[in-house]
Amino acid sequence: MGTWQSAVSLLAETARMAGSAASPGGPEILGNAAAAPGLAGPASPQDLLAARTQMALSLGWHIVLACLGVGMPALILLVEWRAIRTGDDAYMRLARQWATAIGVLFAAGAVSGTILSFELGLLWPAMMGVYGQVIGLPFAAEGVAFFVEAIFLGIYLYSWNRVPPKAHLLTGLPVLIAGTASAFLVVCANAWMNTPRGFTGTGSVVRDVSPWRAMFNPAVPHETLHMIVAAFMVSGFLVAGVYAAGMLRGRTDRHHRLGFLVPFTLAAAFTPVQVVVGDWAGKEIARLQPAKLAAAEALFQTRAGAPLSIGGIVSGDRLHYSIEVPKALSFLAHGSFDAVVQGLDRVPRPDRAPVGIVHLAFDLMVAMGFGLLLLSAWLAWSWWRRRETPRSPWFLRLAALSGVAAVIAVEAGWTVTEVGRQPWTVYGHMRTSDAVNPAPGLWNGFVIVTLVYLVLTVVTLYVLRLLRRAGRPIAPQEPERAPAPEPR
Amino acid sequence: MDVARVVLVVMWVGVTLYALLAGADFGAGAWDLMAGRSRPGMPRRKLIERAIGPVWEANHVWLIFVLVVLWTAFSGVFASVMSTLYIPLTLAALGIIARGTAFAFRKAARELWQQRLFGGAFAISSILTPFFLGTVAGGIASGRVPPGLARGNIVTSWLNPTSLLGGVLAVLVCVYLAGAYLCDDAAEAGRPDLSEWFRARALVAALVIGAVALGGIAVLRWDARPLFDGLTGRALPVVIASAVFGVASLALLWRRVYPLVRAAAMLGVIAILWGWPLAQYPVMLPPNLTYRQAAAEMSVLVATMVVIAVGVLLIAPSMAWLINLQRRELRDGDLPE
Repeated sequence: MGTWQSAVSLLAETARMAGSAASPGGPEILGNAAAAPGLAGPASPQDLLAARTQMALSLGWHIVLACLGVGMPALILLVEWRAIRTGDDAYMRLARQWATAIGVLFAAGAVSGTILSFELGLLWPAMMGVYGQVIGLPFAAEGVAFFVEAIFLGIYLYSWNRVPPKAHLLTGLPVLIAGTASAFLVVCANAWMNTPRGFTGTGSVVRDVSPWRAMFNPAVPHETLHMIVAAFMVSGFLVAGVYAAGMLRGRTDRHHRLGFLVPFTLAAAFTPVQVVVGDWAGKEIARLQPAKLAAAEALFQTRAGAPLSIGGIVSGDRLHYSIEVPKALSFLAHGSFDAVVQGLDRVPRPDRAPVGIVHLAFDLMVAMGFGLLLLSAWLAWSWWRRRETPRSPWFLRLAALSGVAAVIAVEAGWTVTEVGRQPWTVYGHMRTSDAVNPAPGLWNGFVIVTLVYLVLTVVTLYVLRLLRRAGRPIAPQEPERAPAPEPR
Repeated sequence: MDVARVVLVVMWVGVTLYALLAGADFGAGAWDLMAGRSRPGMPRRKLIERAIGPVWEANHVWLIFVLVVLWTAFSGVFASVMSTLYIPLTLAALGIIARGTAFAFRKAARELWQQRLFGGAFAISSILTPFFLGTVAGGIASGRVPPGLARGNIVTSWLNPTSLLGGVLAVLVCVYLAGAYLCDDAAEAGRPDLSEWFRARALVAALVIGAVALGGIAVLRWDARPLFDGLTGRALPVVIASAVFGVASLALLWRRVYPLVRAAAMLGVIAILWGWPLAQYPVMLPPNLTYRQAAAEMSVLVATMVVIAVGVLLIAPSMAWLINLQRRELRDGDLPE
């Protein structure tokens, strides 16, 4: 950690020297917006709820596609590399099929990502108006990474059979690198909302902005790593799940077996890594945001030797019906069975996150993670003993659901991060109720956006189903190979 | 050195590229709508698909670039614009969703009714998105977006004469740009019949733009006097240049010198786009918030420029490669009769 922080301060110092002549004033545009008659007043609770739900919906939707944008290029390059190495056509068929799928998914991911950048301003203009300059840097860098990803995806999909195989493989590499970089950079911005750094002042004016220090804030290492590993798991388990479902219906040809085994193995290899990273993330949250950890664990009383509570129902200031593992929370959070873990009693009541949701989401994420770990271990065991996948039909049944489990884990994890940060948007500096757009009628926008996402979900799944009957290129970036069907 | 001004110029370069590249894509969507019934329209739609297929995703990233630079370097302006104009911006965002996905999905669809449905969504959103973005420009330019959170009227800030002019002009410019590009693309693909089809309609579009622009002068004089004064004052040379390029592109289109039509149309659009900021410089949010007052701290501006510089180094060569591939596809591929 020491190297990390010194590297960050070095960057920050360099940036400060470069910009020693500070601009006069600064944007005090947003100070004291007293509403004029007939115009916007403070946001109503309904509008705040609508804005939060709309943001959650858009993020939750985008996150799945973003995961695939990071993980699927790795899968595609892996099978394409195997195809070139072994000359095995089955691998090449998979590469082509997945590449077409990512072409379509990228279209949906690109627009849902664009919408998020709109929504940051449309729904949370107060946050962006005050802190936009502090946190713009990772977003700008992410823009560059996304651009590179889009360009090279276009090149990669276009140039099948048009360049030598190895050169084609190389054109896919920037897609993988840029996709992973995008994930890193966007999560840097989210990490800043959890551990805001790189500015002084509070309220509607910030000063002494150091964008590099803001970008490389203390929550970056564990948050970004946790997310990137999750993206590989989601991609691997989701793709494998599709082929597992096919195998359950009796399609056990080599195409399906490889289509299952390659992504499942990749995801299974990442699963134990994720357990370690998750543990580290928990320790960092205990250090950086003890209130969030207390909400996630539903720990109401500060105490030494705190137990780990699994499940249960929160009612009032108590957790009922949970399973308690004595002293485990102290050990997990601080590495000692008798360490003191801060509880919610240290957090002023208006600053507490909704404990019930955060605790439930946290347990859900952990449960899914360990379920996937057991499933991965089952495959590893069987492969080690007999060089084959487990014979029990239950393995395939569970594997077919593994992608869904991974998606649930990611959504639940983001719920812990985002809801666990409430009531703050910028932790300790700006409340969500102060960040929202005061314009009236946000509720209407929410209803329309929800309907649009509903339609988008149905259509995306439908088009992906069409893809299963592969054969003709369909990604928008791909050139036509077969003649188009005759119009009737 | 005035770093804020440099960032402002760079951001406007982004707006220009968005208009020239994605604008043509929007226009292509509008042409898709006008391409005629399924059977006769098919070669035209195939040409459109091929012209924008490889690049449409990348073109669209310029909008994200502009948004991110705006919120980083001029956070307050971003917040003011987004909060007051959230209705047209939400509608533009929905248009972006419908457009981006429908275009991708149409290629996957086999049944004619599916292709019609996705094609229709693609084409209609291609018109609505630039329209709403144009109304946003009109609302800002006519001084209806005061600094502060949702301080402007959320309805009249975009439903007003200047905004409507902005919306209509944006759509027409996209249509004309795309028409000019498609004439050239069709000629390059060895299909003079398609060139002729697009040429006749692009000529009409050019005449309509001319008429709307002339009428627009009157609208601005009445509805947005400071902007009118700027356009007829400091920005006058640029305004005249846009007219000259417009007329030149019309003449070149008449004479079928397609590669030069493309260039002249682009220059005309560039002139229109730069006329606006020149007319109101140094004011960013009329009537009187200047870019200097709105600019972020120096450290932020420098960091933004560093990222952009690195970005240009990475993106420019890759983009050139992609566009080169796209041109090759246009030349080599066969279009159905």
